[in-house]
Amino acid sequence: MRMAELVMGLVMGVFSLYLMWKSAELPIGWIAGEGPGGGAWPFWLAAGMLVCCIAIVVRWAKRITPESRSEEVYMDKRTMRMFLLNAGSLAVMIGLFHIVGAYGAIPLFLIFYLRFMGGHSWRLTGTFAVLTPIVTFMFFEIALQKTLPKGFTEPLFLPIFDMIY
Amino acid sequence: MEILSLLLDGFAVAFEPLNLALIVFGCAVGLFIGAMPGLGSVNGVAILLPMTFLVPPTGAIIFLAAIYYGAMYGGAISSIMLGIPGASTAVATTFDGRPMAMKGDADKALIAAATASFVGGTISVILFTTIAPPLADVALTFGAPEIFALMLMAFATFVGLGGDDIPKTLFSIFIGLVFGAVGLDIVSGEPRLIIGGIPGFFHGINFLVLAIGIYGIAEMLWTIEVSKGDVMISQASVSVKRTLATMKELVGTWKTMVMGSVLGYFVGILPAAGATPGALMAYGIAKTGAKDPSSYGKGNINGVVAPESANNAASTGSMLPMLTLGIPGSPTTAILLGGMVIWGLEPGPMLFIEHKEFVWGLIASLYAANLFALVINIAFIPAFIWVLKLPFTILAPVIFILCVVGGFVPTMDMHDVWLMLVFGVVGYLMRKLDYPMAPAVLAIVLGPLAEPALRQSLLISSGSFSIFFTRPFASAIIVTAIILILLPVLKIIYEKIKKPAAA
Repeated sequence: MRMAELVMGLVMGVFSLYLMWKSAELPIGWIAGEGPGGGAWPFWLAAGMLVCCIAIVVRWAKRITPESRSEEVYMDKRTMRMFLLNAGSLAVMIGLFHIVGAYGAIPLFLIFYLRFMGGHSWRLTGTFAVLTPIVTFMFFEIALQKTLPKGFTEPLFLPIFDMIY
Repeated sequence: MEILSLLLDGFAVAFEPLNLALIVFGCAVGLFIGAMPGLGSVNGVAILLPMTFLVPPTGAIIFLAAIYYGAMYGGAISSIMLGIPGASTAVATTFDGRPMAMKGDADKALIAAATASFVGGTISVILFTTIAPPLADVALTFGAPEIFALMLMAFATFVGLGGDDIPKTLFSIFIGLVFGAVGLDIVSGEPRLIIGGIPGFFHGINFLVLAIGIYGIAEMLWTIEVSKGDVMISQASVSVKRTLATMKELVGTWKTMVMGSVLGYFVGILPAAGATPGALMAYGIAKTGAKDPSSYGKGNINGVVAPESANNAASTGSMLPMLTLGIPGSPTTAILLGGMVIWGLEPGPMLFIEHKEFVWGLIASLYAANLFALVINIAFIPAFIWVLKLPFTILAPVIFILCVVGGFVPTMDMHDVWLMLVFGVVGYLMRKLDYPMAPAVLAIVLGPLAEPALRQSLLISSGSFSIFFTRPFASAIIVTAIILILLPVLKIIYEKIKKPAAA
């Protein structure tokens, strides 16, 4: 935990510096007749972030916060596995939105999560994997008229849209 | 009298068939969300906000407010039945609610929680109805300096009263404000903070992307981590006879209910305080003032009544500054505020003039939501227990899908979905290190409103910050904000002075 506290403080400090630099692409001072430059607001806020990160690192060095004194592991093996499986499968599903579209990615994600992570029966997994994309399609595409990404499956939906509209 | 007539008009809006259906549905959805361990009103409102584009703006906000209310009721269910608070707002309910359930009085605890929530909700809505119009009248005189001062005070409450690590709280506020500044500069129209040159940042960072990332994905990752162990569900047998007996017993707790309601309402108004500290304070006061404080923690019905009346009252309290001043009183109302801005209903005093129907419709809907939440809560106790038995491996993927689709719909841009995942993962990693996340969500909502207010103020004063100290309202608010920011420092100095004196 102690090391994680330091690493997070340092990473966020570097990110603050980057944001300050990006903000400074626009004027950060006073422009006569116009007021503060376009970069002033984010620049000084990012500077505030940097000061906070310095304070976090100083407090870490002085062992003031509970995290900076903690000898606990930041993520044990089981937590790390759960984190990687959940965040990883979510990332893969989002990635698949670009390729097979929402209606291909959602059932694949559900099959992986329910069957292989949750150990549920094929019957339950299949029910969710079929019904969820149907409900999603009816709610978003028909009721809300918001088109979800379809990737290469786009042409398959054209007859359905022809039927509806 | 005018208030009464406006309220009656509001009831006409709230009781329109669609709005009424949305209140009932919102209460039911909120109750289920609140009942699930790890999920609370803020998660429900953040994840479901994109789904409300189906209905008109008034109906959408009424629906979200009903979810907020329902979730406040529902939080008690898992506190009592599992011993795991549905949300942090229901932590105090666990203290006596769980021992009651273990003694076989789960039904009694559930009915006490629902009734106390109803009383808390009703008292707070009455307070809201009477206080909101005059406060909005005062706020009508506010200019840019006062508005900026108010926003500063909202952030100052997180520093002074939030109770979290101060540098981390400030960092959370600053990063939320910076994210709110991404996109195009409001004056010159030039691109600003286009991180990594990625085109998706040109349209800015939608507050929902951060809110769903934090309260959807990060929260789920956190819940998956902390709910490793098995949980034991208590049994609850509900009967008319036992319900009537409980109601009789509850009459004796009216003082606790009123205390919790009034305290919760006023604590709820403060942005950094809200329902969690309100409920804990109400529990503490009820225990301190009790004849038998030793019975608390062992299944005293007052220990359920006090926090439950307070947390519901606080949820109404947090809507007061949001509607009248445009400053959200809680993370949930911050998301509601963002939703209102999307629908062109900019919160603040002008709302009471330009969108009277909406404001009073919303207020009237709170009365109705309160009643429906009570009825649904008591009638569907077995259904909530069934939901609690659902394995998390079924709930989690469904919620993840809702998050992903909900993150895509507002802007129809996959860039936002990826960004939401990044916020979710980083938010989870930061939460593990005790970085508070609520200030960042509040900041990304208020940032785009605070920057023009500051710019206008400085333009009026030709760049002098003295403008915040020369106008009576602005100076009073700024001085309060400064005191709040200095509060932790003053506390440290006081403790240092006290220590040698004690030694």
